[in-house]
Amino acid sequence: MRPKLAVWKFSSCDGCQLTLLDCEDELLALAERVEIAYFLEATRAELAGPYDISLVEGSISTAEELARIQEVRAQSRCLITIGACATAGGIQALRNTRDHEALKATVYARPEFIDALDTSTPIADHVPVDHQLYGCPIDRRQLLDTLLALLKGRQPLIPDHSQCVECKLQGTPCVVVTRGEPCLGPVTRAGCGNLCPRVGRGCYGCFGPKEAPNTAALAEQLLALGSDRHSLRDLFAGFTGGAPAFQKESQRHDA
Amino acid sequence: MSDAGKIIAAAGLEQLVRLLRARGFEVWAAREQAEALSLQPIESAEDLPRGRIEAAEAGKVRLVASGRDAYFDHTLPMQGLKRLVSPPEERLFACGEDLVPHETPPAATPKAVIGARPCDLVALDTLTQVFQDGPQEDRRYRARREALFLVAVNCARPAATCFCSSMDTGPRAEAGYDLALTELYEPEAHGFLVEAGSAAGGELLEALEGEPASAADRQRALAVSEAAAAAMARAMPSDVEGLLKRAYEHPHWEAVAERCLACANCTMVCPTCFCGTVEDRSSLDGATAERWRRWDSCFTLDFSYIHGGAVRKETASRYRQWMTHKLAHWHDQFGRSGCVGCGRCIGWCPVGIDITAEAQALADALPAAKEA
Ligand code: SF4
Ligand code: SF4
Ligand code: SF4
Ligand code: SF4
Repeated sequence: MRPKLAVWKFSSCDGCQLTLLDCEDELLALAERVEIAYFLEATRAELAGPYDISLVEGSISTAEELARIQEVRAQSRCLITIGACATAGGIQALRNTRDHEALKATVYARPEFIDALDTSTPIADHVPVDHQLYGCPIDRRQLLDTLLALLKGRQPLIPDHSQCVECKLQGTPCVVVTRGEPCLGPVTRAGCGNLCPRVGRGCYGCFGPKEAPNTAALAEQLLALGSDRHSLRDLFAGFTGGAPAFQKESQRHDA
Repeated sequence: MSDAGKIIAAAGLEQLVRLLRARGFEVWAAREQAEALSLQPIESAEDLPRGRIEAAEAGKVRLVASGRDAYFDHTLPMQGLKRLVSPPEERLFACGEDLVPHETPPAATPKAVIGARPCDLVALDTLTQVFQDGPQEDRRYRARREALFLVAVNCARPAATCFCSSMDTGPRAEAGYDLALTELYEPEAHGFLVEAGSAAGGELLEALEGEPASAADRQRALAVSEAAAAAMARAMPSDVEGLLKRAYEHPHWEAVAERCLACANCTMVCPTCFCGTVEDRSSLDGATAERWRRWDSCFTLDFSYIHGGAVRKETASRYRQWMTHKLAHWHDQFGRSGCVGCGRCIGWCPVGIDITAEAQALADALPAAKEA
């Protein structure tokens, strides 16, 4: 019997689920090893739970989601969160540090129709999770490796060291050192495949804080290199701005 | 009479590239790419970053015009020869369901590196001691190392981050090369003193067009090295080994940790850092598995992970591990320093932490060793 795989969506843009569909060359082979039991983005067929592996995309942003994540957890043997929304609250977590009512009134013509919690929070704030895949969106190879690892019963390879390691493995010259360009790489988890520095751009922090991120020391250096406080506030409030370490650093520059 | 070396014209570099290619070598050198120097294959001497120099300081490496059209005013590519002999990632073996490992047989393309610097030659020797001369020889390393032909260049203009003089590793190459060049950039003539350091180098030197070097030529070359040594702005404090062994519990480690990002850049550019980790990958159908090795760093949390958790959770303990291993425990382990004074870790640290300055800060803070 093939293990049953389910893919769930909470508050998110679907980009991470798309990453699974993006595994075009591998998808058929994968489907021979797992039974795709619930994946509305790909098929309307639904098999009842429980599920062996659940991929959970999106953050908890509404009362309905608050209840539904408990059901998903109860139905899942192994629960893997996928993406910046599920692991850090996503860009919708920008509201966490602001007045939600005022924001709604600014953005929507009829704010009273908006039925959302005041915060957008990661899945792990609500239920225990077994593994987390980071990124906005997640990395295809990491997703495949994680599924293959679980099928084999080995630990998935999900590094928590810096993006700088990826730069140096690839031989990418550092944009901070060669150009004084702001980069979140030294405090951001590796895993994206070195997408931005490789093309001469600073890291935006999509994979969220690495372990022991020294955001304060990086911010000091970026200030010394010419960034102003507002650009630092915005830099740390990006795709994973809801992650506590980045949120705190962003707020330090919000004066 | 090539024992004493030859003087070749500047244009002779092109012949050198041709001769190396004719002998089956892929020719590599530092090239300018994305505003930095990186070790890459070259087709011709035209590809060299002629007239370029690094304006380097802690946390900053910028390539600028050197003000003259010398070939080798620059010094080091971001990463050294390590990339060639111990690549960042490599497959160690694959196996199927029978669990019999299939190794990729060690094989290496012959590569000639033009412009290997004295510090990098010592670094290569340091790596060779680790990978090749120990009880567990790494056969892949040996194959790659033996396929290297090294054309050293004695440094004329050290970068501001260089401190090889104080580590006794440069700016003039003493050994470890097949050919050594000293660029003689003089108003009346621009050329190179070429000296051989191996039989293969001697054979090539014979083939190079030039004049036998005179005692005066060799004197001119020595003067280049002396001027380079005199221009060196940084130095490692003396007896840094003893100093670090007295500093295990010093509060200065916490002070460094306030600034250090634990990003691992320093170890990833260091030409002697040799640590790696292994990772297993499996095929889509689950029928085969592969074991890969990739560079790791004592600055990552996973590096010190043992049953029950990581040993070095604090950045202070990671920085201390790195610096103490480089400068002190390497002596116990391998009978030499693990630092060759190339200064890469200083320039390429995004926040400009300077290993010589940190050593000096410890020296200033600690009482000198008692007289025996
Ligand atoms: S470019 Fe960014 S991620 Fe890469 S080494 Fe520099 S600071 Fe680190
Ligand atoms: S010393 Fe510099 S390069 Fe090394 S880990 Fe610390 S911040 Fe990164
Ligand atoms: S510790 Fe720094 S200066 Fe010493 S060899 Fe390594 S990179 Fe070069
Ligand atoms: S450290 Fe010395 S040998 Fe190395 S590049 Fe600088 S001057 Fe040359």
